[in-house]
Amino acid sequence: MIRLSTIEKVYRTAKIETIALKDVNLHIKRGEFLSIMGPSGCGKSTMLNIMGLLDQPSQGVVEIDSEHVAKFSDRKLARLRNAMIGFVFQSYHLINDLSVVDNVEIPLLYRSMSGSSRRKLALEALDKVGLNARTRHFPSQLSGGQRQRVAIARAIVGSPQIILADEPTGNLDSVMGAEIMDILNKLNQEEQTTIVMVTHDEILASQTQRIIRLFDGSQVN
Amino acid sequence: MLINYLKIAIKVLLRHKLFTFISLFGISLTLLILIMVTSLLDHTFGSQPPELKLDRTLSITMGLLTSKDGGQSNGPVMSPYFLKKYVKSLKTPEVVSMSSFHNRVITYKNRTKFRLDIKYTDSEFFEILDFNFLEGNPYSLNDVSSRRNVIVINQNTREQYFDGEEAIGNTMEVEGEKFRVIGVVENCSILRIMPYADVWLPLTFSKTPLDEVTLIGGFPGWFAMMLATDESDIPAIKKEFQNQLALVEYPDDKWVEIKTAASTYAEAFSRNLRLSEEGNAKPLLIILFILMILFMLLPTINLVNINLSRIMERSSEIGVRKAFGASSLTLVGQFVVENVIITLIGGAIALILAIGILEIINSSSLIPYVNFSLNYRIFFNSLVICLFFGLFSGVYPAFKMSRLQPVDALRGESS
Ligand SMILES: Nc1ncnc2c1ncn2[C@@H]1O[C@H](COP(=O)(O)OP(=O)(O)O)[C@@H](O)[C@H]1O
Ligand SMILES: [Mg+2]
Repeated sequence: MIRLSTIEKVYRTAKIETIALKDVNLHIKRGEFLSIMGPSGCGKSTMLNIMGLLDQPSQGVVEIDSEHVAKFSDRKLARLRNAMIGFVFQSYHLINDLSVVDNVEIPLLYRSMSGSSRRKLALEALDKVGLNARTRHFPSQLSGGQRQRVAIARAIVGSPQIILADEPTGNLDSVMGAEIMDILNKLNQEEQTTIVMVTHDEILASQTQRIIRLFDGSQVN
Repeated sequence: MLINYLKIAIKVLLRHKLFTFISLFGISLTLLILIMVTSLLDHTFGSQPPELKLDRTLSITMGLLTSKDGGQSNGPVMSPYFLKKYVKSLKTPEVVSMSSFHNRVITYKNRTKFRLDIKYTDSEFFEILDFNFLEGNPYSLNDVSSRRNVIVINQNTREQYFDGEEAIGNTMEVEGEKFRVIGVVENCSILRIMPYADVWLPLTFSKTPLDEVTLIGGFPGWFAMMLATDESDIPAIKKEFQNQLALVEYPDDKWVEIKTAASTYAEAFSRNLRLSEEGNAKPLLIILFILMILFMLLPTINLVNINLSRIMERSSEIGVRKAFGASSLTLVGQFVVENVIITLIGGAIALILAIGILEIINSSSLIPYVNFSLNYRIFFNSLVICLFFGLFSGVYPAFKMSRLQPVDALRGESS
């Protein structure tokens, strides 16, 4: 469903030029659960962001369902991100001004549906991640594990076909990490959601169907 | 979608209480001053009773004579003789009126002292000006020419002098003569010098001899008003008046030139401010316009700044919203709605404060019969001003922010 071909990403600042990705090729199939591994700074986040249409490659082609995304308009990209992709960030990226349930509702705000059905779906998503008791809290009142579960609820609330998770357990202890992993596994098995997860953790990665390894911006096998 | 914007905006404004308060304070203060200035301008220049036809009214309110050696008469107004002979005879205006400026007199009723501002007028005075008659009528051409003892008084005089009793038909003593009240009009502000008075009486009762052959002067000062059938006739009237000036016969050899003009209200005003020798209204309007622009620009720049930094601070929120499907247009919409709401709230506060302050000025009787009112036009102008502020100070920052790639916004970079 997502295909990356000969992707290169170069960051240019005033003095230095960082090659974050070079010649990356990857085809993600529907229903897959794959993990991306590699040392810090090797380009994992960059790759995930390009896959999730949050960033543009310097070179190469990103295709979604065989269509080149490079020629999509801002509106079309927004609609694709909204309907197809659910992102989970390492540092949660919840909006501190909004309550838990309002945070979870965000993807649904950009769809046409009634406020009550939005609320209903958000509560269901929070239920799936085991957070139905804290819907009125604000992010600052939650622990790291709870925040990440809110972020997952937000990623799944719109039933996207693919979830892109950037080190979802990176800031959590191993018990909470395992809980998050259970939620993702369940989504993959019960709802056939495609999942791409960046992780440092060999044990978590070994539970996935395929492992992509990056080193210094290039794929290694 | 708009309802969502509104909900989000209200939530955000409530969460950022300090910012909301600071913005509201700044916006309200600016708009308050703007509304007050607009109201003052409207009160002094706007067409409002009794001067509803200002746009097609010309006046002659000043006059000077120049001698051969360049010396000037100590005018500064044209005499009743001049106005009667050379102005009342003009053909182009629909109506021509002459009257005196107001003059403070003292009168007694049952040993109570009353101070009254009186004004001598002809009957045409009431044709050009639209006084709102609460009771009775103005005096007629015949009343004036046959020196009938009739007067028109204002509401305040009815209350003070007649103490709540019937005024129409009752008599009132002014400058030693008894007059019968035939009309009562609404109070008129002293800032409106042409119509203003407490009591209006036929000019044939004037203590100044109206037929004395002199071109300037005559207590307490006289002026003429000319009503054009249409605004487009104004140049023709001015022209006819200039031609008339060429025909003026000078009563003695000393004087060789008259300096006077038929001007619109704005022209006369800018001449009084010495902005322009000829009484050309353009410099006044340009200065007012520039002041207005500066006035609006400074707070707008300030607001754009506040909003820019506020929106930049929320860059991570923008990144999140983009990552989950908000298009650039949607985000611009969200921030603009937020700004418009906050400026409208600020505008509402300013309007309430303005009504309160104007009410205090009105009731303090600081200026006789001043009545600053917030009419629908000022309200509408204020609303437009608010919307302008809201849109302008929100669109640019939002646009700038919405163009970022989602990752850059998430990272909190503003490049
Ligand atoms: N916005 C940026 N500007 C400059 N360099 C960047 C930027 N983002 C990432 N990089 C660089 O690109 C490389 C890959 O970064 P990243 O994808 O975040 O690695 P990972 O997620 O594997 O730790 C790193 O060397 C990083 O310093
Ligand atoms: Mg990373």
